[in-house]
Amino acid sequence: MLTQLLRLALLTLSLLISTLAQAQTTDIPARIAAMGEANLRELTQIVTDLAATGDPAVVPVLTALGDGNLYLDETSGRVVIQTGSAITDPLTGEAVDLGADADLSRIRVNNGLRRDISAALGGLTLMSDNPRTRLSAAQGFLANPDPAALPLLDEAIAAETDANVLGVMQTARAITVLSSEDASIEEKQAAVPQIVSGAGRGAITVLTSALASAPDEVKPIIQSAIAGLEQSRAVWAALQNVWFGVSLGSVLLLAAIGLAITFGVMGVINMAHGEMVMLGAYTTFLTQLVIRQSFPGLIDYSLLIALPVAFLVTGAIGVGIERGIIRWLYGRPLETLLATWGLSLILQQTVRSIFGPTNQMVIAPTWMSGSTDFFGLAITYNRFWIVIFALIVFFMLLLILNRTPLGLQMRAVTQNRRMASAMGIRTPFVDAMTFGLGSGIAGLAGVALTQIDNISPNLGQNYIIDSFMVVVFGGVGNLWGTFVGALTLGVANKFLEPYAGAVLGKILILVLIILFIQRRPRGLFALKGRAIEQ
Amino acid sequence: MNFSRAKSALLAAALAGSLTMPMVPAQAQDDTIKVGILHSLSGTMAISETTLKDTMLFLIEQQNAKGGVLGKQLEPVVVDIASDWPLAAELARQLIEVDDVDVVFGCWTSVCRKSVLPVFEELNSLLFYPVQYEGEESQRNVFYTGASPNQQAIPAVDYLMSEDGGSVKRWVLAGTDYVYPQTTNKILEQYLLDKGVAKEDIMINYTPFGHSDWQTIVSDIKAFGSEGKKTAVVSTINGDANVPFYRELGNQGIKAEDIPVVAFSVGEEELSGFDTTPLVGHLAAWNYFMSVDTPENEKFIADWHKFIGSDTRVTNDPMEAHMIGFNLWVAAVEKANSTDADAVIENIVGLETPNLTGGMAKMLPNHHITKPVLIGEIQDDGQFFVVWQTDDLVAGDAWSDYLPESKMLEADWTAPINCGNYNTETKTCGGTPAQ
Repeated sequence: MLTQLLRLALLTLSLLISTLAQAQTTDIPARIAAMGEANLRELTQIVTDLAATGDPAVVPVLTALGDGNLYLDETSGRVVIQTGSAITDPLTGEAVDLGADADLSRIRVNNGLRRDISAALGGLTLMSDNPRTRLSAAQGFLANPDPAALPLLDEAIAAETDANVLGVMQTARAITVLSSEDASIEEKQAAVPQIVSGAGRGAITVLTSALASAPDEVKPIIQSAIAGLEQSRAVWAALQNVWFGVSLGSVLLLAAIGLAITFGVMGVINMAHGEMVMLGAYTTFLTQLVIRQSFPGLIDYSLLIALPVAFLVTGAIGVGIERGIIRWLYGRPLETLLATWGLSLILQQTVRSIFGPTNQMVIAPTWMSGSTDFFGLAITYNRFWIVIFALIVFFMLLLILNRTPLGLQMRAVTQNRRMASAMGIRTPFVDAMTFGLGSGIAGLAGVALTQIDNISPNLGQNYIIDSFMVVVFGGVGNLWGTFVGALTLGVANKFLEPYAGAVLGKILILVLIILFIQRRPRGLFALKGRAIEQ
Repeated sequence: MNFSRAKSALLAAALAGSLTMPMVPAQAQDDTIKVGILHSLSGTMAISETTLKDTMLFLIEQQNAKGGVLGKQLEPVVVDIASDWPLAAELARQLIEVDDVDVVFGCWTSVCRKSVLPVFEELNSLLFYPVQYEGEESQRNVFYTGASPNQQAIPAVDYLMSEDGGSVKRWVLAGTDYVYPQTTNKILEQYLLDKGVAKEDIMINYTPFGHSDWQTIVSDIKAFGSEGKKTAVVSTINGDANVPFYRELGNQGIKAEDIPVVAFSVGEEELSGFDTTPLVGHLAAWNYFMSVDTPENEKFIADWHKFIGSDTRVTNDPMEAHMIGFNLWVAAVEKANSTDADAVIENIVGLETPNLTGGMAKMLPNHHITKPVLIGEIQDDGQFFVVWQTDDLVAGDAWSDYLPESKMLEADWTAPINCGNYNTETKTCGGTPAQ
């Protein structure tokens, strides 16, 4: 009798549980449907509920919500996922045909909700088949340690086969243990070295925040770990600063190197140099526009394609300026200065009239976005490529000047115009080519600058002063001077900035240059010989 | 060659070059009311101000289609201040004395406002200023239709401190080095200290105009934010410097979920210049967003697109401020039945006009207006999604209640006080300093 009763009770219980479980699974579509009209608070609740089901089927809908791909069709009231032009059902993943009168509006999320979603997804995808999904799930735990998820992490670690993912999971576990209140002291002590070795640059953050709540027995270990990390961080911070300086220097170098030709080699004070940079940037914008409309597949290479285009366009404009204006003004620096200044205003306003005063957009190619950790250094890809590009341009230019007939003629004309002319060199042609080369290189700088600055009519103005500064500081007429000058100024600026602030840093640099120029009026690398006496 | 001589020549040339003449020639017509438009159409501020010039032309055209004001047509007089502030004062004088305008709508930067202020005071004319500013000012001849700090900065900080905003405990106040960010940050710092934030949890950083190399500062912010406390950046970075700043944030991997940036000078117009995908989730505080879903806003946007001939142009907060200011001026002129400055000043206080977010903007005795405060998150289409807004309209406060030197000051341009900085403790008017 008793056993029968017990059996009956058990049966009812199991039935009850199964219906409950069923209720929960059948609830998922209802909850997803409710997302369409939910406000932010209700959405947060739905996300929590969906995550609590533990059903991997909700992963796509949560991912889509976090990425902003989840839409509500206002006409039919259906919630769907839209990626590109494909519309799919959030649960089944099947294509959905909403008909012609569909009116999709995005279901919007805020920062708090995005955090919740990534935490929820971490728990749901930790056992996924795809190692990359598991990796990102484990990384999610690094950022939001949750003691309740400890058994799940243990289970995942036991099952993990990928060494890379395993490392991240163990670090995540160590962080969770350290922040958990229930973990034993031994466990916590063991967690510290794992964090130091695994959490990279975030280790200090984790340890510092754990320090306050740690038991007294663990505190000394954490403190010594932090001290060790601080020490190595100081070294890396200095190196990081050098990198920042080099990258600022490379931008200065790019902007100034064209000027080093026109001002340095030819002696023309070209105030419109900045506008050549600006025109290079606008050429990039136009090139990308054409590529986006006609050859969307090439969008990642648009900057590479823009390089020769920008060089030719600005080079041609440079030749035009030289032939049209500057050649009438050789030997009259003041008039050249005024004429090119006026020209720069005209060019700016022309661009403003054509393209409007607002910034234009150049999309960064994927290989120039984001950053990488090089040991302890954070190196952003756009800066990295600009440094490489500046070096390439510099050495190409050096090659042209020293190893080509045109370079030879340029140097001959600069050193002694009359003698060069007597030797049969067409000096006007060489002048035009030299100016075109300088302008073309400014255009190349413009292509690079689209990746770090605004593309607006004022772009050039921001760089003209710096460019003159670099050329004068490095020594007029010497390419190596420009190179060393740009890098020196870049690094000096970046070392002053943390102490003096950006504003004072810039002032200090200017003061230092003024003092330097008074001591050595011809800059770092002064030209010697008769050339300078002309 | 002589470089210093060259430089002075250069300066002279630059000045001469930028002395632009009025674009619309002043005509001797008695049957029109002239409206001066004083914005930069070239130079660094052209990016923001050109649209405001167009907005004014748009508003005037609409008003003229409705029959003008007092039975007269409105005639715009546009001048270009070329982002040159001494020139702004000259052109303001020219507008009032030579072109004989009855009211001026203009300026963007605080420097511009401060340099034209004495002119409007001396010649007793009217200026409507449409941009959010640092406060600590109230002038009889100026109407501030943009937000004062208590209508933008303080609510934004409140939001970030709240649970919805992420319970921020550590603050970076980053700004461009001039009067608006300096004063706003001074007020915010005092406010945060009053709220119990420790001094070492506040980092203040200034950069020059047009700053483009943000590597060090962004990595400092990253380090500052990695101390285990929730960190946010309050940005008063202005103009062109924003694009490289946000780019660097994106490249160094700072996400809005980790360290949100709330900006006071970044709106739809500024975002139209770049790809906003890496910025999704960063915030801005304004009193109007183009995405606000009201019938008034829908109509305004549709009319604007029709006027400007492009349906991709965005609308923004200072445009709404100009619209409110213009409508309030029209209402005051009609109430006073005169365009005389004194009559308008007397009649405009207390007038109301609908704003675009579904409320009423009311001109207060301190020459500021009531506004709702909205916090929006940047979306990948360059628009904002409103995540929080004040329940009620907030009255603009000319003198901050959080600074010890200004908390006892009030502005009231109605009888009997009639004073821009009335000291409520000593019951005296402290004069009307122009700074």
